[in-house]
Amino acid sequence: MSKLHIEAVINGETREFLCDAHETLLSALRNGVGLTGTKEGCATGDCGACSVIFDGRLVPSCLVLAPEAQGRTITTVEGLAPSGEGAVLHPLQQKFLEHAALQCGICTPGFVVAAKALLDANPSPTEEQARYWLAGNLCRCTGYDKIIRAVLDAAEEMSGAVGAPTL
Amino acid sequence: MPAIRYEAPRSVADAVRLMHADPRARVLAGGTDLLVQFRAGTRTPTAFIDIKRIPELVSISISKQGLRLGAATPAAVICEHAELRRLWPGLVEAVHLIGSTQIQGRGTVGGNLCNASPAADTTCSLIVNRATCVIAGMNAERIVSAEEFCVGPGRTVLRHGEFLVEIRIPRPAPRTADAYLRLIPRSEMDIAVAGAAVAVTLDAQGTCTAARVAIGAVGPTAMLVPAAAGALVGSRLDADALERAAEAASAAAKPIDDKRGTVEYRRTIAGVLTRRAAAIAAQRAKER
Repeated sequence: MSKLHIEAVINGETREFLCDAHETLLSALRNGVGLTGTKEGCATGDCGACSVIFDGRLVPSCLVLAPEAQGRTITTVEGLAPSGEGAVLHPLQQKFLEHAALQCGICTPGFVVAAKALLDANPSPTEEQARYWLAGNLCRCTGYDKIIRAVLDAAEEMSGAVGAPTL
Repeated sequence: MPAIRYEAPRSVADAVRLMHADPRARVLAGGTDLLVQFRAGTRTPTAFIDIKRIPELVSISISKQGLRLGAATPAAVICEHAELRRLWPGLVEAVHLIGSTQIQGRGTVGGNLCNASPAADTTCSLIVNRATCVIAGMNAERIVSAEEFCVGPGRTVLRHGEFLVEIRIPRPAPRTADAYLRLIPRSEMDIAVAGAAVAVTLDAQGTCTAARVAIGAVGPTAMLVPAAAGALVGSRLDADALERAAEAASAAAKPIDDKRGTVEYRRTIAGVLTRRAAAIAAQRAKER
């Protein structure tokens, strides 16, 4: 079977990959592009582990076909912080660490990317808004409270709020 | 396994040709049903015809005549559209109920309709808003009302080579509003045990002059319930009229027993949701 040649802007860089017509974007990112930060959880769009930002929209990459990415712009968890020596984490990533908002880590890239999409759309979400937005991301070990606290703390830091109420 | 193709036509005419040439090709919109069914092996298409590169398929336009909604417009885009939310709050609340933020970024109203689940949240709202479905095919475009579009679980009026391109909804008359309610066993992200949509039109004195009621997940397709609408028309949407509408909805329901609920429960709930949705629609109409 001949492969399709796809070109997309992934984490700010033009990347090319080969894929099957029925391959998922999740599979192409992991196996074709080598970006294994995006995880497969349920593979049916229920768990959020494979979340990526696709032309500005948060989507489950398990329910996107890889060839749909032609000419599109994609952000994965690898695109949140610069890499290399001296690079600093994205505030969301830093706050997940500080709040211990992960245990096994399989859901974490999806949560971080979904939270990034939330803060892109709404830089100062309420706790209720954050909980609703992240309701499609499932975590089976940490529980959700630390994750929500990390997201709200990151929002506060990123918006440079001073004297905002603490949780 | 023969090679599965992926096609991304740029026009409706090209998409129709591709669909006509391959009886086992499937239209890909948001993929939130189709790709799950494909992976589960319950659908085995020979080609995915991705319609999202056709500009009018992913568009919202509202004019004096009403709404023209491209069938592949994602839910998130619909929910962010302020004018659409203002004119059809019930339809938008139905759209907003479908799935997580991620699913909202992909799933479409056209797909919700074409998947033809009896419990599809948007179908009842489309029906009460007198939506029509524009279907493209090899010969000519045809238009089917929303209540006629689904013919059974997973089955629609679409014939070989045809696909849904647009949903049209006439602009609401003055003092007209809609509402949609469903029951699920938890607060978010589940499939309706029962659902009800109501649209009402009031005159300046607050008397109901027109109404539409549709119930979902209580029969093989979402259904229009003229008897429930009849109980509302001519009334001031008082408790007595709402109760008669509820009774008519319960009487029209033809549910099955399954893991989501029993026949008896669903019948009762279809009435309760009808009564409550009618009250919400009435309040919204009064505020217009």
